[in-house]
Formats: sequence, C-alpha cells, structure tokens
Amino acid sequence: MKVSKQEYSEMTKQASHNTKSYFTIPMAFLIGGLICVLGQALIFLYQYWGMSSEKAASFASITLVLLSALATGFGIYDKLAKHAGAGTLVPITGFANAVVSPALEFKSEGLILGLGAKLFTIAGPVIVYGVAASVLYGLIYFFFL
Amino acid sequence: MFMDFLKAFLVGGAICAVGQVLIDYTKLTPARILVSFVVAGVVLGALGWYQPLVDFAGAGASVPLTGFGNLLAKGVREAVGKDGLLGVLTGGLTATAGGITAAMIFGLIVALIFRPKDKGD
Repeated sequence: MKVSKQEYSEMTKQASHNTKSYFTIPMAFLIGGLICVLGQALIFLYQYWGMSSEKAASFASITLVLLSALATGFGIYDKLAKHAGAGTLVPITGFANAVVSPALEFKSEGLILGLGAKLFTIAGPVIVYGVAASVLYGLIYFFFL
Repeated sequence: MFMDFLKAFLVGGAICAVGQVLIDYTKLTPARILVSFVVAGVVLGALGWYQPLVDFAGAGASVPLTGFGNLLAKGVREAVGKDGLLGVLTGGLTATAGGITAAMIFGLIVALIFRPKDKGD
C-alpha cells in the first residue's frame, strides 16, 4: 500500500483520535494528585518518626521510587500508566518506572549492555540535562550573584 | 492535616495535568517531557519561584519531577555558597544523589529478579 505524506498524517490523526483530552487531563490530575497525596502521607509518617521535614521529603521520594520499581516489576505500573498518562509520568514514580522498564525489557541482551546500559535510557538524558542546567545556574550564581 | 493532603493533591495534580496537556497537544515524547520538567524545575528553582510552592504544597511540589529540578538548583546554590567554584560541579548531584542512587539500585534489583511482561496484554 502506497501512501503520500499527507495521507499518512491523516491516517495517524485518525488513529490517535481516541485520546480525548476531557478524559485524559482529569485522569492525569487525579492519579498524579493521588501519588502526591501518598508522598505527603509518607512525609507525615517519617516526620512522626522524628525526621526533619527535609529528610522526610527525601525519604518519601525514595520510598515512592521503591514502590514504583516494584510495581513496574509486577507489571502493575504500566497498566496504571495506560489510564493515567502524565499522571504516572510526571511524578518521581514515573522516573523510576522509566529506569526499570527498559532495563527489564532488555535484560535478555545481557547484564552489561542490556540491563546495565538500558537502566539509563531515560534516566541518562534526564540527569545529563538536569545537571547541565544546574551547572549553568551555578556558574551564573558564582560569578554574578 | 486534611488541608495539607488537599494542597498536595491539587498542586501535584495540576503539575501532572500540565504534562498531559503537553502530551495531548504537542508532539513531545514522554522522554522529552521528563527532561523538560526537570530542566523547568531547575529554572524555577533558580528564580526562587519553586521553593514557595514546596513550602505550600509539600509532596504536591516535591514529588513531581519539577521538584527534582528544584533540588538540583537548591543543591548548587548551597554548594557554591559553601565551597565556591567547586560547588558548581558538586552541588547538583550531591543534593539529588539519594533519589538517583535509589532509582538505580532498586531498578537494578527489580530488573534482576523479575521477568519482562508481555506488552500485548
């Protein structure tokens, strides 16, 4: 079947037409909000156990990373992500999912270039550009502020 | 306490809704959105606009990846204040080391133990 560029863009438009924003955006809000509520509950728990608020926030994020890694292993997170969209992508749990998911998938290609390398498929760019932005800010702060 | 949960829900939900708008109305891939949110967090943190949101909404602002970016900016600022020029290089990763190492180690363990799921189901 031969299709021109224009026909192809029409076809993709039709195929992706079922993402309805009046559904996806509230779902992302709901699920993303609930993940943050879980994070807040963990912060309160860790503060109750005597941690400073900054430490409690760090440990809450780390706990969410652990839970998300496990949920990804069990295949639960990706099922949730189908409905939640950005609601499961934008929280730190989405970052953990993006670390585990390709590592698991490419495990069969070996422990070094499969699992080990693919852990950084998404985490790599996130860390590279995040740290680069922070270094740029650090330079501005050092020389001008 | 209820108010704290409500604030976390509303602010965290709103940040995720912004991500969904980007998915629905732009051609940004999930990977690009993750990178954009972290870099946006660094910029907002550098401008001093993000920390008030963290103080207001708690996990609602610290759990989304913009909070991760804010932590990078905060770490660099504090490290430059303490160690000068060296802090430019050490601040970001030092502040975020816990989260990054956790993702790496838990990711490694889970990927070693579990078997890949079929994507087709």
